[in-house]
Amino acid sequence: MPNNLIFESWGRFPRVSHLGEISPRCISKVGETIKSVNSSILPRGLGRSYGDSCLNEGGYLLSTKWLNKFYSFDTNTGLLKCESGVTLDEILRVFVPRGWFLPVTPGTKFVTVGGAIANDIHGKNHHKVGTFGNHVIRFELQRSDGTRILCSKDTNFDWFRATIGGLGLTGVILWAEFKLKPIPGPYIEMESVKFKSIDEFLQISKESERDYEYTVSWLDCLSNNSYGGGRGIFMRGNHSDRKENDESQVLHRNSAWKTFPFDAPSFFLSTPTIKIFNFFYYHKQLKKHKRSNIHYDPFFYPLDQIHHWNRMYGNRGFLQWQCAVPLTEKNEAIKIILKEINKSRLGSFLVTLKEFGNLTPCGMLSFPIPGITLALDFPNIGGRLFPLLDRLDEIVNEFKGRIYPAKDARMAGRTFNASFPELENLSKYIDPKFSSSFYRRVRGK
Amino acid sequence: MVKPTKILIFGAASAIAFETAKLFAKDGASLYLCARDEDELKRLSEDLIVRGAKEVGYSIFDALNDKSIINAIDSCLAKFPDIDGLLIAYGTLPDQKLCEADVEEMRKAININFTSVGVILTHIVAHFQKQGCGTIAVISSVAGDRGRQSNYVYGSAKGALSIFLSGLRQGLNKSGVQVLTVKPGFVDTPMTANLKKGILFVGPDVVAKGIYKAIIKGKDIVYLPWFWWGIMMIIRNIPEKIFKKIKL
Repeated sequence: MPNNLIFESWGRFPRVSHLGEISPRCISKVGETIKSVNSSILPRGLGRSYGDSCLNEGGYLLSTKWLNKFYSFDTNTGLLKCESGVTLDEILRVFVPRGWFLPVTPGTKFVTVGGAIANDIHGKNHHKVGTFGNHVIRFELQRSDGTRILCSKDTNFDWFRATIGGLGLTGVILWAEFKLKPIPGPYIEMESVKFKSIDEFLQISKESERDYEYTVSWLDCLSNNSYGGGRGIFMRGNHSDRKENDESQVLHRNSAWKTFPFDAPSFFLSTPTIKIFNFFYYHKQLKKHKRSNIHYDPFFYPLDQIHHWNRMYGNRGFLQWQCAVPLTEKNEAIKIILKEINKSRLGSFLVTLKEFGNLTPCGMLSFPIPGITLALDFPNIGGRLFPLLDRLDEIVNEFKGRIYPAKDARMAGRTFNASFPELENLSKYIDPKFSSSFYRRVRGK
Repeated sequence: MVKPTKILIFGAASAIAFETAKLFAKDGASLYLCARDEDELKRLSEDLIVRGAKEVGYSIFDALNDKSIINAIDSCLAKFPDIDGLLIAYGTLPDQKLCEADVEEMRKAININFTSVGVILTHIVAHFQKQGCGTIAVISSVAGDRGRQSNYVYGSAKGALSIFLSGLRQGLNKSGVQVLTVKPGFVDTPMTANLKKGILFVGPDVVAKGIYKAIIKGKDIVYLPWFWWGIMMIIRNIPEKIFKKIKL
């Protein structure tokens, strides 16, 4: 086994050394693989978490890359049973041509089923259907003591709740069962609406809630603040029954993927270039409303079109920051946050804004709460950035919001502890042999 | 070339075989899987059915047991009498140092990687000859192109296999049966778990796509990924006088 391996997450910060990566070759070998090493272990899928929740400095990573088999699919109900290393990309490849789609998908399809559960991911349809965990029927968990625990709403519900959103700390998810949903075709009927302020965003969000399955907004965080926080474009869509003559070409796009070939120089994504990009992106759409009918791939996964897009931030990497704050009458939280960012003059290339729905996620550590979620990314310029993010955390805490662990590489332990009321309860279910850089950092262990 | 629709796979649990089987399953082919472990065969067959395979059968087999090979072939032909594809994808990567110290280890490595494949081919070739069509694809290795101190036991078994296939190809040429020698470079699979992964490593899905395309195009020999053709061309042509002095 190769020693001292450096692993990084999608944000490429931090980069830490590990004792190695262990990869059980099938699910019946997971138990003995865990036993074969004497240090702490963290299961890892495709490593698309942004911070250090998919890293385990000084320990081992357990890759689920060979746990990649489908078990069964019920063509009547859409019930799919598969191993935890199966990727959402693979599910789309196999099932979109047959008229089925993921119940919930994040902004990248390069995540595994195990990762989707362990981070209880959410998507553009959160306001309608909740998180991925809300759709999981059952799964099996492998513990380091050799036991396997079948978890569902009826059996071992506490383990079910601890593992959904449990950041891989409760054991290795071996397989899971969840329902796909029927779709009329691979296209999305979408509409983009320009907005000039947070209040206008919320108004459009309320209007769209009922009739649109998917909603998300792009925000220009560097725009003039006089409107009360940022202009942007609200995107909303539904599955469309558009059919193409040559179905085989469009059911699943296997386009020649482009790969970002090297680490970009640090000025590539900096405040001035982001400002220019934002200006053009906002003004590209001239009318207030624009309708289009597009393939699901660019609609859900615009960034997946370029492999290794994280290299655009250069060797220094970048930090994601995603919060969720409850709605208040004047929605000061988001406005204050945006004002702080604007004041700092630190640009964020991709700012997304979405209103979460009211459905309660089932995980003890699930991130979504009813309210607004805001996600930003910043090139890792060090210096001024970290104090800014600390300040943003404080605002979030003050308004009883929370920070998304899957995207975090730096929040203080107290921020984390204040955000998740069931944290103490969860710690009972954590496998003694499992740990992560993230967990040790925020729990001070 | 006509795409095979009923395929027998030896070493079906190998990562490359599984990825290749997925591609044929998507086309609705019928598959017959052979591997050591019954549980794994069951799981693989369920997976391939979900992916669209028409029908999947399986038998356990042990490469070091001729009888189990014959049984597996017979059971396959009983289920699919008109099998038109054969993929042999198993192998072991032995510890070279251990093979140098222990004759039995060396013999075992050669038996698994070469002799047992010869047994399969010898038993099944009559079926293909009679049928007068189909594809025989066998995974050899770039390691078989020249003996190197770091893995010449594995290399010589694969080299012998490549020579065997070359002769078989000539022999079957008139009958219309395609014989494809697949020579992968470094592939990230459970077999190479102990090797340090460099930039030359590719995923098993990349190799599988190459095999799939080579079968459809009716190729004879394919290096996967393609750049290994160039690398091995250079390595093959280094004069022995120099070759023996370098570390490779």
